[in-house]
Amino acid sequence: MIATVVPTTTWYLVLAAVLFGTGAVGVLVRRNPLIMLMCVELMLNAVNLTFVALSRKLDDIGGQTTVFFVMVVAAAEVVVGLGIIVAILRRKPNATVDDLAELKG
Amino acid sequence: MQLLVFVCATLMILAGAVGVITRSHPVHAALSLVLTLFGVAVMYVSQEAHFLAAVQVIVYSGAIVVLFLFVIMLLGVDKAENLQIEPFKLQRKTAGVVGGGIIGLIVFAAISSRDNIGTIKPTQSDAVQAVATGALDPHDNNVRAIARDLFSDHVLAFELTSVLLVIAVVATVLLARRAPKSTAEVPT
Repeated sequence: MIATVVPTTTWYLVLAAVLFGTGAVGVLVRRNPLIMLMCVELMLNAVNLTFVALSRKLDDIGGQTTVFFVMVVAAAEVVVGLGIIVAILRRKPNATVDDLAELKG
Repeated sequence: MQLLVFVCATLMILAGAVGVITRSHPVHAALSLVLTLFGVAVMYVSQEAHFLAAVQVIVYSGAIVVLFLFVIMLLGVDKAENLQIEPFKLQRKTAGVVGGGIIGLIVFAAISSRDNIGTIKPTQSDAVQAVATGALDPHDNNVRAIARDLFSDHVLAFELTSVLLVIAVVATVLLARRAPKSTAEVPT
């Protein structure tokens, strides 16, 4: 009975919503810039999951191509973000994002 | 079987996501992130997006998390932070309300439109039609379909990603480089 239940697209969308909300809460709550960047990754993955679920549902490969591009942009974003964090934390060790309210070093 | 895979992957994803935002140690948070990313890769496989699952494991779990760990170790910030202190008053409650609101809104939208998804047929590209008519080999269907779509309809965007990656590499090298003594004193 239970074994015949097949997860539908809506299940995936709900899971992606929960993952996105978790990432958003993480960005809002955590003050460590590294952890905040990880939470942004969580949100990006939630969106990717939505794309793939709808790509399958609509039988359109364009959604998966979009996810490919999102991954490329996410990789570039992480590289630049971590570069900035390294540059900042070298000047001010153990800085949180609250200490970085001004751009002047 | 599909249900079992879905439940297991969901547990992996949610446990990892909660771990990222609750672990006080950055290394533990990064390892929780790996759990979530593997769960998402399992979801991709169960959705028959095999190419993306491979890319997910290689790029995200392989490269990005390793980059995170490198930075954590290099900077020596691998110390547990005290999560009991709340920097702003009511910050956590507000964040909880905002997060709950986001989840509620998206879940409501997904459930209320669950019968409408698929009724609007998208215009199908050649690649999709080729797959639908069985013109392609049924084995590597996913990879072939993505390749056709990527290198026919989105070839310009694909080339632009190379520009983006070069810019990101140059920018990171410039940012992370220690400024030489002679130029450091020159005001810019």
